[in-house]
Amino acid sequence: MTARQQRMLIVILVLIGVGIATTFGLRAFQENLLYYYSPSAVQAGEAPVGRKFRVGGLVVPGTVKRTDGEIDVSFDLTDNAAMVTVEFAGILPDLFREGQGIIAHGKLNQQGVFVAEEVLAKHDENYMPPEVAESLKQTHAGGPSK
Amino acid sequence: MWTWFHKLSSPPHFYRLSASLIPWFGWLAAAFLIVSLYGGLVTAPADYQQGDGFRIIYVHVPAAMLSLFIYMFMATAAAIGVIWRMKLAHAVAVACAPIGASVTFLALATGSIWGKPMWGTWWAWDARLTSELILLFLYLGYMGLRSAIDDTNRADRASAILALVGVVNVPIVHYSVTWWNSLHQGSTLLKKGGPALPPDMALPLFGMIIGFMCFFGAVALTRVKREVLVREQNSKWVKDMVTSK
Repeated sequence: MTARQQRMLIVILVLIGVGIATTFGLRAFQENLLYYYSPSAVQAGEAPVGRKFRVGGLVVPGTVKRTDGEIDVSFDLTDNAAMVTVEFAGILPDLFREGQGIIAHGKLNQQGVFVAEEVLAKHDENYMPPEVAESLKQTHAGGPSK
Repeated sequence: MWTWFHKLSSPPHFYRLSASLIPWFGWLAAAFLIVSLYGGLVTAPADYQQGDGFRIIYVHVPAAMLSLFIYMFMATAAAIGVIWRMKLAHAVAVACAPIGASVTFLALATGSIWGKPMWGTWWAWDARLTSELILLFLYLGYMGLRSAIDDTNRADRASAILALVGVVNVPIVHYSVTWWNSLHQGSTLLKKGGPALPPDMALPLFGMIIGFMCFFGAVALTRVKREVLVREQNSKWVKDMVTSK
């Protein structure tokens, strides 16, 4: 083996070694790397109890309730399998609307209602002009997903 | 192929070659950037959800793509430098790092400006944003490590190892949005089944990406030229070139 081949081997081994180490490291911290839990996971009791976490899902159309004269708002989040009711007193992001992907940060209370301190909007990777979105809405009747 | 490779690795040859290539890259970059920027900011339609706010994509996505591309380019150059003991390859890696750091910063900054109105926050510790921040630290660490070692050969080798170890972060940045739940959405351009945006939005974006690439080419070659001059300052060809002017 020439010195050059040896160096090549070392470079390849370093890459493989670091790759394997990182894979194990990331697998060990898998749970901490999840930015949010789905409503199904919350219902199944996978979300931490008594500690703050994030829940993400789509706002169920027709469940957004506002209190008159207050900024309090409540809405249901779903992943099309389970639902979580979220209460929030604060300013909602511009993209907040029914059917929108939302990530709420807060705690579950005794009644199983998620009391949020912060609400973020998640948008998907699709971009389109309003006319296209409108025609999609008419053909699918459910509107663009998320 | 190897004669081409050896010829390319000769500093005076590379110096002349890059000098003649820089204007090409520069003018191509200017043409693509001007046309695509007009396409992106004026002729492309507004988004159905984000309105005109989505247009920051025309800077954000090319910058983010380039931040990963430059890293792979830099690490490949560093690997060639280590394996073949080619000094020119190290010079290329050195020249790339500050450009990579700049576009990474640009991607993070434009992402932050985009995130505030759309998501409702400047920053979130989700997998995509965090791994991109680590990418910035890798670039800065590479530059910092180099400047801490006076001897060029030793700096070359030490920083090359750092660049190679950091390669592991590149797939993490790319796949972070598919591997974990994240606030950042999935890839629009590399989506299964083709880009998730119509041609009048997509074409300016592709144009911007090509423009950014050419810009990188022009700036990188300019920086490599300078790096070669500094490294070869005592050689005969540099002295000949300087005195003949």
